[in-house]
Amino acid sequence: MASRTSATQRATRDAVRASLEGRRTEPGAVVFKILLLVMLLSSLLILVVLLADILAGAWPTLRDRGLGFITSGLSLNPETAGVWTGIIGSLVIAFLVILLAIPIGIGAAVYLEEYAPDNRLTSWIDTAVRNLAGVPSIVFGLLGLTMFVALVNGIGLGGSTEGKNVIAAGITMAALVLPIVIITSAEAIRAVPATIREAGYGVGATKWEVIRSHVLPSAFPGILTGTVLTLARAFGETAPLLVIGVATGFFSASADATLIDNLTGPYTALPVIVFSWSRQTDPAFAATLAPAAITVLLAVLFVLNGVAIYFRNRFEKRW
Amino acid sequence: MVNDMDDTVNTSVGLAPGTADLDIDLDAMIAPTGDEADDANPVLIDVEDLNVYYGDFHAVKDVTLPVRQNEITALIGPSGCGKSTVLRCFNRMNDLIETARVEGKVEYHGIDLYSKKVDPVEVRRHIGMVFQKPNPFPKSIYDNISFGPKIAGYKDNMDDLVEETLHRAALWEEVKDKLNESAYALSGGQQQRLCIARAIATSPDVLLMDEPASALDPIATLRIEELMYELKEDYSIVIVTHNMQQAARVSDRTAFFSIELGEGGQRTGRLVEFDHTTTIFTNPHEQETEDYITGRFG
Repeated sequence: MASRTSATQRATRDAVRASLEGRRTEPGAVVFKILLLVMLLSSLLILVVLLADILAGAWPTLRDRGLGFITSGLSLNPETAGVWTGIIGSLVIAFLVILLAIPIGIGAAVYLEEYAPDNRLTSWIDTAVRNLAGVPSIVFGLLGLTMFVALVNGIGLGGSTEGKNVIAAGITMAALVLPIVIITSAEAIRAVPATIREAGYGVGATKWEVIRSHVLPSAFPGILTGTVLTLARAFGETAPLLVIGVATGFFSASADATLIDNLTGPYTALPVIVFSWSRQTDPAFAATLAPAAITVLLAVLFVLNGVAIYFRNRFEKRW
Repeated sequence: MVNDMDDTVNTSVGLAPGTADLDIDLDAMIAPTGDEADDANPVLIDVEDLNVYYGDFHAVKDVTLPVRQNEITALIGPSGCGKSTVLRCFNRMNDLIETARVEGKVEYHGIDLYSKKVDPVEVRRHIGMVFQKPNPFPKSIYDNISFGPKIAGYKDNMDDLVEETLHRAALWEEVKDKLNESAYALSGGQQQRLCIARAIATSPDVLLMDEPASALDPIATLRIEELMYELKEDYSIVIVTHNMQQAARVSDRTAFFSIELGEGGQRTGRLVEFDHTTTIFTNPHEQETEDYITGRFG
């Protein structure tokens, strides 16, 4: 009896083992996995080649001139040309984006998510904002040329450029990134759990108190990450600036120019410098100075992305 | 199941409120009975012919339910029978759902809560709420308690109020050394007691509890039930629960809701029976109630 039982057990065990250990090789799966790896590596390869090429081109300039390259202004002489004018232009644009796009964008997002009635108009606006985020940046450049240049002229800040200055550029860039600020902020607000809102209402808070004390603080890390990335986008855009008459050649402000003169006069930005240097007749600009300017631009973007990641990790709420 | 229920109720018969040791003894928490004695408690929230709609969907139909002062009223019934919907009518939480429409009478101290002059925000300061899942604010323990009083314009010493509130919620000893730590550092049961403390910090006189223990383990559940029993000295409590033993243990009166299949398969909640908890669990008038509490539902 006992031996028969153990014989049965043994037979069962063998059968189970056979089914557990029978590893099937799937040639399709192996090929697929290798294919995916090749795709990943090729996209990485492009990035690495690009970076290596730029850094190799930039290295002599950065090594020989160091900080001097960053602190020098525009010049027709490749020995003395630097990116300082472009850095200032880009920073002014970024400042205007922070000043305009971020408050307006967050406000619009709060209204869309918290106050707007759930009807067809709201969903139409929502779709429109999403589509707006995908509109090519050159179109925003044209908008800037027809509207914001005139606006800047109209409020008396046209200056020697008749409105085609860094102020108009900043407003245009703010309009360009506004849909992205709205979308990322709205998503961060939507991600705040309904239970937090209910808890606020449950203790007798008004809608405004719930939004101010609970929804916005909880959505803050997401909003911050989105806006910093938006800033990076504004830093890197070139096309709209070209439309709004950014200087692609050499210019210099006179020594006694006031702040207003500088803001309303000719301007340039980091990515535009890369563009114009790569078209210069003197080959030294395209070969060494443009890559060096790209390196500076990449470094700024890298820092901005780092800041975004830091804030996301630092303030991320868990519930 | 059936026997369990009978035992529970039988042991409870004749117990006067507050005579037993409330700390551990489960039996002590069983509702006091005596159809004659506690009818003296005045009606605090009077609900008559309440109907709730979500858009075209008729969620709850013709509910008439007086909630009495210093009592625990339990709402029981199967999922989707509208008991939470009814509960949320009492502090106008249904206002947060755009499509919700409430018809019928909901009077609090004789005042129509759905009158145009009534501000739902003020209603929620008088009628507090505890939710199914513990939902403390992602802030410190102290801030969780102080938020309600602060927005209500409380001017006295906030530290004292926080301490007193935590004492009343039987949480003080556990959190007194970490008032400035995140509420999320607490266990689930502690978080739910913090939510109860948060609800009583604004000195409401009614507490609505929407399955407050359904996400908790049995020991944490027991502590919540003990707390409810202590709180009913000062507050009137309405609790929605899936757990029939819980209703039998803590409540004075029980409302049993069920689902009525309407035209086109619409599932409308309806109040089947409302009576003293002992009556509901030992001698219900409706066959449907008996089937449900004895586990023969459906």
